[in-house]
Amino acid sequence: MPSVCFYFQVHQPLRLRHYTVFDQNDTYFDDYKNASICRKVANKCYLPANRLILDLIHRFDGRFKVAYSITGVLLEQLLTFSPEVMSTFDALAETGCVEFLAETYYHSLSFLYSRNEFVEQVNKHTETINNYFGQKPRIFRNTELIYNNELATLIESTGNFDAIITEGADHILGYRSPNFVYKPKDCNHLKLLLKNYALSDDIAFRFSNRDWTQWPLTADKFARWISDVNGNGNVVNLFLDYETFGEHQWKDTGIFDFMRHLPGTVLRHPDNNFKTPGEVVESYQPVGIVDVPHIISWADIERDLSAWVGNAMQSNAIHELYRLEKKIKQTANDKIISDWRKLQVSDHFYYMCTKYFSDGDVHKYFNPYNSPYDSYINFMNVLGHLRRRCSNTSEEQEEPLTQQHKATKRFLQAGSQINKTSDLQSISLGTPVNQD
Amino acid sequence: MRVFMLGWEFPPFISGGLGTACYGLTKAMDQLGQEVTFVLPKMVESTYSTHVKLLSPNSWTSSISFLFNEFKNVRFHAISSALQPYSTPDSYRRQIEETLRQKQKTLDANFIGAGQITGGDDYSRDMYTEVHRYAALAVELAKNEHFDIVHAHDWMTYPAGIAVAAISEKPLIVHIHSTEFDRSGEHINQMIYDIERQGMERANKVIAVSHFTRSTVINRYGISGENVEVVYNGVERNDNWPLAETGIKNDEKIVLFLGRITMQKGPEYFLQAAKKVLELMDDVKFVMVGSGDMMHRSIEMAAELGIGHKVLFTGFLRGEDVQKIYQMADLYVMPSVSEPFGIAPLEALNHDVPVIISKQSGVSEVLTHALKVDFWDINEIANKVIAVLKYPPLQETLANHGNFEVRKLRWKDAALKCIKIYQETLVAV
Repeated sequence: MPSVCFYFQVHQPLRLRHYTVFDQNDTYFDDYKNASICRKVANKCYLPANRLILDLIHRFDGRFKVAYSITGVLLEQLLTFSPEVMSTFDALAETGCVEFLAETYYHSLSFLYSRNEFVEQVNKHTETINNYFGQKPRIFRNTELIYNNELATLIESTGNFDAIITEGADHILGYRSPNFVYKPKDCNHLKLLLKNYALSDDIAFRFSNRDWTQWPLTADKFARWISDVNGNGNVVNLFLDYETFGEHQWKDTGIFDFMRHLPGTVLRHPDNNFKTPGEVVESYQPVGIVDVPHIISWADIERDLSAWVGNAMQSNAIHELYRLEKKIKQTANDKIISDWRKLQVSDHFYYMCTKYFSDGDVHKYFNPYNSPYDSYINFMNVLGHLRRRCSNTSEEQEEPLTQQHKATKRFLQAGSQINKTSDLQSISLGTPVNQD
Repeated sequence: MRVFMLGWEFPPFISGGLGTACYGLTKAMDQLGQEVTFVLPKMVESTYSTHVKLLSPNSWTSSISFLFNEFKNVRFHAISSALQPYSTPDSYRRQIEETLRQKQKTLDANFIGAGQITGGDDYSRDMYTEVHRYAALAVELAKNEHFDIVHAHDWMTYPAGIAVAAISEKPLIVHIHSTEFDRSGEHINQMIYDIERQGMERANKVIAVSHFTRSTVINRYGISGENVEVVYNGVERNDNWPLAETGIKNDEKIVLFLGRITMQKGPEYFLQAAKKVLELMDDVKFVMVGSGDMMHRSIEMAAELGIGHKVLFTGFLRGEDVQKIYQMADLYVMPSVSEPFGIAPLEALNHDVPVIISKQSGVSEVLTHALKVDFWDINEIANKVIAVLKYPPLQETLANHGNFEVRKLRWKDAALKCIKIYQETLVAV
């Protein structure tokens, strides 16, 4: 009786604008590009896919279920650029058939470089999800499914989570199957869900590949493969990028039709069902312990970190970034801290990847830069400016402000608030107005 | 199959990429067993060292035949002519006048003849006549040779190529290393353009050194695309440098410009970018290697920009000096306005020097591990220069990957492609 467990990763990076060493302002991100890509992906993927999932949940009367992990940086972009997507996610949350997972708010690699920062970002994400969707995530997935024993121990120690999700990489499982619930090494109650990468990639990567012997992939065929797990597995974990629908696999490949027919064909077999990760964890006991002393991820053939920190530039950029942590946090300046955190988005480092020769195609497709070198130069220029801002702020704070200065500052802040929020009324009410 | 190749003298006797390309291609053909009769223009004043073996002076065409020890399948014929690659009509005239003055001096001083081959006085005073004189001499030479196809490199040899092909009734291949639009921008010399176009129109096949050049050939010369093939240049791999330590240990970074200092190579963009770099960095020197008609203008410009003390002009360097300068350099910049190919960046990468190249170049089609800029974007050039000098990981990654990448650009592949084009052309005829 395999349960099908769908989890969709929903994320868009924050692209930097072209920033030279001569630039001297704190506008680092390309709002125009980010907005237009966000709207494009919303129209091609998020909106139609959300509608489809909502429809399927209604049609199968709650027997079809899915989970989402939406990054904080995407939520911020959706709120600004495509608020209608937010309302469809909200509608999905209302059904009770959708679970939201926790991850690092900034889709960062912080676990590898700063445990404090990592925990702060996970907490920030959990709170944000709770705010928007009224759910406190119980399942954790780390950026790019990066995982090792230490991560499991750390996540268990927070006491907030029941399970953790990672890649069902061959070299950690050996002869074992990803279709069971496992327990991380050195953990007491935390469980481990492993991605069935073969079946997941059939949809995510191979779906439209005409050279693939199984092309075309129909819902019937795929449901048969799932039913084949009967008797030798409890759960089939299908973890995909949500952008698979309509963006990586275009609409005319039939990906939406495939998804529309899949629940019906899976449920035709009476032993099959759909479960969210949370339900899977409740239903099944771990069958064994998985030991992952070395870091794994879901990327490329290597399933390692080489896509983000595989060359000298990547390693240099990321170390320089995290070296600033103390200085950044000392400024206590929200804008500076937020800019620093937005530079942690893993995609910035992915763009610097020089692995052109083996699986470079994927890397190239998602890359807004012409070359990894351009992306490194741009990133380092921005980082250089951010570093100077830290030093400037600390000098500023030492400067004693005169009363007049403070008043002007307060006035300017109020003014900028008026511009920012649409809440004009409350502010004008709060300001004493001489009516005589 | 034997090729009658109208080429140019090999380095280190000559400046620029044309001689280098002729050498690389011919040597690779030689190693592939392709028989070549290589004809080149040569001033009689030059002397040969021991690595060549003189065969026979031919007084009628004032040509000499010789063999290079390192070539097994190539016969060389040098025709006495004052033609040099990259000459302009003006520079040609100045050069001839200088030659005649020198000769006069020698005669006055010694009262003896000018050597076994006379002919210096036969050189035409203007370049167009000289190009046609060369063609006539090449035809005379070709009459005693057996070959199947004619292959001519750049416009000065096209009239010779056309004539030899016509007399011998063999197919003609013209090889475009540069066009008049690359050298002169929009102010083209109509006579040169006409010669180029005639060569391309008459040719059975046109070989362009890049897609960049191929599109110039199609758009500016009206040649049908199916007649234009792209054959990229290669680079000579030289792994062991028998160099003594230069002993130069300098705290200053060195940014290198290496090429002819002419409008085509964009020296003014190099200097303007240098000025911008120096606004933010101090410990940098900009070295300009090469000579050309914009050299004096460039020296003045460096002074006008107030960076004269940071820019060094070395003049034209050859051989070991070039290797030394590469070893000292931290970065090579090629801001060419219009560069059909550009072999020098490959040589820089061969010496582990990272490169910034203009997008308006053929070489940017074959290099991925290079920084690419628009030649006019001095801000971006400066931005990238600073990044390379400031961030060692960038310099390292560029140099390592780039060095690996140029290993794949071999003259052997260029030669194989040319031979394939010969065979296809011969079948079609």
